[in-house]
Amino acid sequence: MKTLFSELRAAVMVTLVLTVVCCGMYPLVVYGLAQTLFGDRANGSLIVDRAGVVRGSRLIGQGFAASKYFHPRPSAAGNGYDATSSGGSNLGPTSKRLADAVQERVAAYRKENGLKDTDLVPADAVTASGSGLDPHISVRNAGLQAPRVARTRRLSVEKVLALVRQNTEGPDLGFLGEPGVNVLRLNLALDSL
Amino acid sequence: MTAKPPSLLDWHIAAPAVGESFKKLDPRRMFRNPVMFVTLIGAALTTAAAFTAPASRGFVIQLAVWLWFTVLFANFAEAVAEGRGKAQADSLRKARKDTVARRLHDGREEPIPAPELRQGDLVVCEAGDVIPADGEVIEGIASVDEAAITGESAPVIRESGGDRCAVTGGTRVISDRIVIRVTAEKGHGFLDRMIAMVEGARRQKTPNEIALTILLAALTFIFLLVCVTLKPFGIYSATPFPLPVLVALLVCLIPTTIGGLLSAIGISGIDRLIRRNVMATSGRAVEAAGDVDVLLLDKTGTITLGNRMATAFLPAPHVTPERLAAAAQFASLADETPEGRSIVVLAKQQFNLRGREVAEQQAKFVPFTAQTRMSGVDFSGANGHPPCAIRKGAAEAIRVYLDQLGGQFPAAVSQAVDEVARAGGTPLVVVEDRDVLGVVQLKDVVKGGIKERFAQLRAMGIRTVMITGDNPLTAAAIAAEAGVDDFMAQATPEAKLRRIREEQAAGHLVAMTGDGTNDAPALAQADVGVAMNTGTQAAREAGNMVDLDSNPTKLIDIVEIGKQMLITRGALTTFSIANDVAKYFAIVPAMLMATFPVIAPLNVMRLASPESAILSAVIFNALVIIALIPLALRGVAYKPIGALAILQRNLLIYGLGGVVIPFLGIKAIDVLVTALKLV
Amino acid sequence: MEAADWFQLVVYVAALAAITKPMGLYLMRVLDANGRTWLDPLLRPLERLTYRFVGVKPDCEQDWKQYTVAMLIFSLVSCLFTYAILRLQHLLPLNPQGFGALSPDLAFNTAVSFTTNTNWQSYSGESTMSYLSQMVALTLHNFTSAATGIALAAALVRGIARHSVKTLGNFWVDLVRVTYYLLLPICLVFAVVLVSQGMIQNFKPYTTAKLVEPMKISVAKVDQDGKPVTDKAGRPVMETHTVTEQTIVQGPMASQVAIKMLGTNGGGYVNANAAHPFENPTPLSNFLQMLSIFAIGSGLTYFLGRMVSNQAHGWSVWAAMMALFLGGVLLCWHSEAAGNPIHQQLGVAAADGNMEGKEVRFGVFNSALFATVTTDASCGAVNAMHDSFTPLGGFVPLFNIQLGEIIVGGVGAGLYGMLVFVILAVFIAGLMVGRTPEYLGKKIQSYEVKMAMLALLVLAVSILGFAAWAVVSSWGLAGLNNGGPHGLSEILYAFSSANGNNGSAFAGLTTNTPWWNTTLGLAMLTGRFLMIVPIMALAGLLARQKVSPPSAGTFPVAGGTFVGLLLGTILLVGALNFLPALTLGPVVEHLLMLHGKLF
Repeated sequence: MKTLFSELRAAVMVTLVLTVVCCGMYPLVVYGLAQTLFGDRANGSLIVDRAGVVRGSRLIGQGFAASKYFHPRPSAAGNGYDATSSGGSNLGPTSKRLADAVQERVAAYRKENGLKDTDLVPADAVTASGSGLDPHISVRNAGLQAPRVARTRRLSVEKVLALVRQNTEGPDLGFLGEPGVNVLRLNLALDSL
Repeated sequence: MTAKPPSLLDWHIAAPAVGESFKKLDPRRMFRNPVMFVTLIGAALTTAAAFTAPASRGFVIQLAVWLWFTVLFANFAEAVAEGRGKAQADSLRKARKDTVARRLHDGREEPIPAPELRQGDLVVCEAGDVIPADGEVIEGIASVDEAAITGESAPVIRESGGDRCAVTGGTRVISDRIVIRVTAEKGHGFLDRMIAMVEGARRQKTPNEIALTILLAALTFIFLLVCVTLKPFGIYSATPFPLPVLVALLVCLIPTTIGGLLSAIGISGIDRLIRRNVMATSGRAVEAAGDVDVLLLDKTGTITLGNRMATAFLPAPHVTPERLAAAAQFASLADETPEGRSIVVLAKQQFNLRGREVAEQQAKFVPFTAQTRMSGVDFSGANGHPPCAIRKGAAEAIRVYLDQLGGQFPAAVSQAVDEVARAGGTPLVVVEDRDVLGVVQLKDVVKGGIKERFAQLRAMGIRTVMITGDNPLTAAAIAAEAGVDDFMAQATPEAKLRRIREEQAAGHLVAMTGDGTNDAPALAQADVGVAMNTGTQAAREAGNMVDLDSNPTKLIDIVEIGKQMLITRGALTTFSIANDVAKYFAIVPAMLMATFPVIAPLNVMRLASPESAILSAVIFNALVIIALIPLALRGVAYKPIGALAILQRNLLIYGLGGVVIPFLGIKAIDVLVTALKLV
Repeated sequence: MEAADWFQLVVYVAALAAITKPMGLYLMRVLDANGRTWLDPLLRPLERLTYRFVGVKPDCEQDWKQYTVAMLIFSLVSCLFTYAILRLQHLLPLNPQGFGALSPDLAFNTAVSFTTNTNWQSYSGESTMSYLSQMVALTLHNFTSAATGIALAAALVRGIARHSVKTLGNFWVDLVRVTYYLLLPICLVFAVVLVSQGMIQNFKPYTTAKLVEPMKISVAKVDQDGKPVTDKAGRPVMETHTVTEQTIVQGPMASQVAIKMLGTNGGGYVNANAAHPFENPTPLSNFLQMLSIFAIGSGLTYFLGRMVSNQAHGWSVWAAMMALFLGGVLLCWHSEAAGNPIHQQLGVAAADGNMEGKEVRFGVFNSALFATVTTDASCGAVNAMHDSFTPLGGFVPLFNIQLGEIIVGGVGAGLYGMLVFVILAVFIAGLMVGRTPEYLGKKIQSYEVKMAMLALLVLAVSILGFAAWAVVSSWGLAGLNNGGPHGLSEILYAFSSANGNNGSAFAGLTTNTPWWNTTLGLAMLTGRFLMIVPIMALAGLLARQKVSPPSAGTFPVAGGTFVGLLLGTILLVGALNFLPALTLGPVVEHLLMLHGKLF
C-alpha cells in the first residue's frame, strides 16, 4: 500500500514536471527559434497586399469560380475552402454520391474549358483533395485551363503558360513529390499584370 | 519386445480401436482436447440443424456426417496408438502372473501370495522359481532369465553385493539359489510401471504438449470468434450465413489435424522407446531427452571396450623384444585379469610364444597385492628354467622394488614409461631379478564407429563428456582418439554430481548413463538419467529411464526419439495451420457466392458449386487426419544435420506442403463429389 | 508506377536503413540508466533534479509487476489530467477562439486516445481545441505515451537479454530518460526544420484573410431555431451565400507535429492532419515526417540485436518488417495508381490514378507510401483520406493495423508486438528442430505461449467483437458516410484503428457520439493495456529464466529461413483471423467496383 502511494505520488509529480518541460519549455523554445529563424513561415506564410490587408496564405488554397481565374480543385472543407474545417469528402470508391459529383464536374470542366466529350479530364480537377485546402493543381490541369484564362483576360496563351511555369512548385530536391501549380499565387500574379 | 512395430492395418489393433473411437465421444473425455471438443459440438449442432433445415437437407446431413467423422478419426488415431501399447502390455501382463513367494521369516520359509509381500521382506528363489517382486539379491548368485521384460533369451547373472544385485519381479531363476530383499510392493514394481506406461493409463501431458494445447486452444477460440462475428457482418451485408456453413468454416479453420493427432504422437513416441527396450518413467523424460545438449558418458564400456589391452612390448636397451615378451607372458600366465590375459595373447600373436602352465614350470605365481602393487612369478630352478623372479607392475612400484634389490632403473625405460602414459596408455614395467626388461603398453581400445557417432551428436548440438577414473594425461589421449568434446579425469561420484550441477547452472540439459549405486545421485540430478538394467536397484530408482539392454550408447537413440516426438508435433502443427489458406479459398467465396456473384474470381480452385466447395473442404479436413495417422505413429524422420537444415527441410515439407496440398486435395474431392452427384 | 516514384521508394528505404544503426546505438545509451550521451552536460542536472522532485531512486530497479503497476498508475493519472483540462477548457487560459468545454464522452475518448498513443480524433482540432488543450493536454501524451511504449519495449528486451534476475529496469527512469534524451532533442530540431518548410508556430489568434475572389456557396437554409428548412418534397431548401473571408488557422503547430510523428502519435493539430498544407507543407516535410515515424521503431530493432548480442537477429526482425512494409506499399501504390475504373468511365484520366482525398503536391505515390507507413507504425497521421482510397488501396492500411502494427510499429509497441509473433514462430517451428522451443536461449513453454496468445487474442476479440456489435446496431450504422461494403470497411477500420492504437480513420464515419466515443475509448484501452500486461508478464518470466548457450541444435533466429518463418507466422496466425471480414469489406468492394456497382 505504501509503495502504491509512493508510485501514485511519483505519477502526479512526473506528470507535472513533464508538463512543464514538454508543454511549456519545449514549445516556447521552438516558438523562439521559429520566430527568429523563419518568422514569415512560422506565422502562416501570409500574403499581404499593398494596403496591408491579408489576402490569404501561400500554402492555403482559395476558391475561384470566375472565368478569368485558374480554378482550384473541388473542396470538401466546409462549404468549400473553409480553412477552419479542413478535410476531404471521405467518399469511397463505390460511392454513388462521389460518382455523381465526378460526372457533374467532368461535364462542367469540359464545358468551361472547351474540351471534347472524349477528352480525358485531369483527375485532380474533378476530385476533392484530402485537406480541402490543396493550394495546387496539376500542371496538366493548369495547361488545359490556360487557353480559357488567356481568352478571358485577352492575353496570349504563352504569356499565361509562362506565369503557370513561374508558379509551379516542386518536386523538392528535384525528386520528392509531384510538381503542382499554386493557384492562389498564379491568380494573384495574373491580377497584378 | 524388440519386435517390429505392428502394421497399421493390423486387424487386432484396428478393430477394437474403431469401437474405442465411439467410446471416446464422451464429452467429459473430449473436454481435455479443446480443438476436438469444439468439433464435437459443431457436429452436434449441425446434426440438429439437419433436422430443422427446410432446404438443402441432404447437404447439411452430409456435412454433419463428415463432422462426426472428423471427431471419430481423431479418436481412432488415439485408440490405435493406445492399442499398439496395449498389445505390448498384454504380453507383459502375462509375466505378472501372481505367484506364491517363499518368504523367509525368522529363518524359516513360509508360503505367501506375492501381492502380499511388503517392502523389506526377504524371499528365497531357487532354480525354476519366478521372482515374486522387485528386489535386491542379498545372498547368493544365480542366473536369471529376463526374457519376459527384455526379450533377451540369454540368462544374466545376478549376485549379492556389487552392481548386479537388482532383480525384477516376473523374471525367472534358472540356476542356483538366491535370497532377495523386496524393494517394491505390488503395483509399484518395475513391471507395473512399465505396463502403466505402455498403456498410457497414467499418461500425463508433457510440458511441450501442454504449451501446444494452449496454443491450439487459443487458436480455436480466435477462429470461434471469427465465425461468430461473421454472422453480424453477414447481416450487415445482407448475406445470411446458415449455421451449418459457419460450423463447417469453423471446423476447417481450427487446427483439427494436430488437435486430433496430438495424443497419438505422444503415445507412439513412448511406444517407440519401449520397442528399443528403454523404459521411461514419464513422457516428460522422453521430451527432455530431445533437449539434452550435454551427454556424460562413462569411458569404460561406452567409449572403449570393457578393459585395457596390451598393445605393444617396448624392450629396454640391449634386451630383445622376445625376451621381454616371454618374461611378460610368464608373469601373466596365472593372472586372470583381462589385462593379464591380453598380455599372454599379445605375446602369442607377436612372437608365437605359447603360454605354458605355471605349475609345469615348477614356478610359483605371485599375485597382485595392494602392498606390493606388483604381480609376477618365481622360478625355483627346476624343469630347466633358471631360477629367477619376474615381476610386472606400475613404474613407481617397480622403482621401489628395484631400490630394495639395489637394481638400476634405466633412463630409456623411464622415457618409454612417460611416452606410453602421454599417449593415453598404461605402462607396465617388467623386471627379471634386478634387470629391467622393458615396458608393456596397455591401452584402452576405442569402440569402432564411436567417433562417427559423436560427430553426429555434435551436429545435433550435443556435447559429449567422457567420464573416467584415469589420470588426466591418459584421459586426454583417449578423449582425442574417441572424438569426445570434453572429458573428466579422475572422476569421483561427487565430482560427477558437481559437474552435472555446473552444466545445469550454465543452462545445459544433461543426460547420463550409470549403473552403480554410487551413480545414483548423479542419475537423479541429471535431466535424463538412463540406468542400466544390469545395474543396482538404487541406480534404477534414481534414473528416469532404464535401458533393458544395458547398452550405454542407447542414450543416443533415446535423444533421437525425444527429438522425433517434438518434430512430429511441430510439423503437424505447421501443416495444420498452413492448411487454412486453401480452406479459406474454398469456403469463403462459396459462402458469399449467392449475394456477391462477383466473388467468383476468388474461387481459385474452380470448385463446382458452393455446396460442393464447403463439403469438399470438410471432407478433406477429416480425411487428412486419417492420412496422417501413420506419420503420427511413426514420427517424422530425424536426421542429425543441424537445426537450420532440419528447419528448412520441415518448413518446406510441412509448411509449404501444408499450403499447397489442400488446394490439390480439395479440388480432387470436389471433382469426386460432383461426379457422384452428392450435392 | 513511374521510375521517379521507384527512386523515391529506394531513397526512403535507404535513408531508413541508414538511420537504424545510429538510432539503435543511441537508444542503447538512453535506455541504460547510467548511459552517457553528449547531451549529458545539459540534461544530466535536469534529470537528477527531476528524480529528486519526483522522489524516485534511479538505481532501484523494478520487477515486472512493479514496472507494470507504475506504468498503469502513471497512465491513469496523466489520463485524468487531460480529461480535466478538456472538460475545463472554457475556464482555462490560451483559448483565443473561445472554444467551449468538451462533452464527457468526447473528453473521455480524447483523453484515452492520447494516453494510449492512439490519437483517434472524434473532433476537428481547429474548431474544438484551445491552444492550451493542444499544447498541454494533448502534447504531454504525445511525449509520455511514446516514452511509455519505448520503456515497455526496453523492459521486454531486457527480459530477453537478462537471465536469472527478476528486475526489468525502472519505469520512471526509462520514462524520464526517453523523454529528455531521445524525444525532446530530436523534436526540437525537427520542429524547427518543419517550420522552415512552412509549418506554423505562434500563439496568435486565427488570421482573417480577404478572399481574392468572393466565393458563392450554397448552404441549407435554416429557420430561427437552427433547424433545416425543407420543401414540400422533404428536400432541404438551399440558399446562396457569398463568402468574402477565409479564416486561417494559427497556433503552436510545429512543436506538436514533431512529436506527433516521432512518437507515432498521429493526432493532427487540424482535422485534415498531415494532408493540411500547414501541417505538411512540402514533399520534403512529407518525406521527413514519414522517416520520423519509422525512426525510433526501426532503431529499436538494432537495440534488440545489441542487447541480446545477436545483431543478425535484430536485422532479421528488421528485414521481416521491411518485407511486409514493401508488400503493403506495392499493393497500395499499385491500386491507387490504377485508379477508379468507375470514374475513368466518366472521363477522368486513368493515368492520374485515384486523386480523391489526395493532395497534388504528394500525388498518388507519396500518399500510398504515407498511408502504408502510418499504419505499419501505429502513427495514424494521414496525408490523404484513406476512406477515399480504392478498395485494395484502403485494404492495405486496414490490414496493417489488424496485423497489430508490428511492421516497425508504434514506438516500442511495434517491437513488443513483433516479439510476440517471434515467440509464436519460434514455438511452432522450434518444435520442428527437435528441441523444446527456445528463443535466444530462453525456453518457450506453456506460460510464455499463454501470454503471447493472450496478447493476440485481445487484438482479435476487441476488433472483431466491437465491429460485429457496431454493424448491427443503430448507433453504429448512424455514423456511416458510405454504403455497401465500404460502410463495413469504415466500421472495421474504426475499431481496428482504436484497438491497434493507430488513430487513423476511414474518416467519413462520424464518431463524435456518446456510443462511438465510449466504445472506441474502450477498444483503445483494451488494445493498449490488456496487451501490455501479458507482454510484461512474459518479460518478467523470460528475465527469470536461465539461459541455455547456443549450439548446433539451437533454433536459428537470424537469416533468411527465420525471416521467412516469421513472415509465415504473422500472415497465417495473425492475419487469417481477419480474412472473412476483410473479404466482406474491401475485397468484395474491389470486385464490385470492377463491375461498376455503386452504393
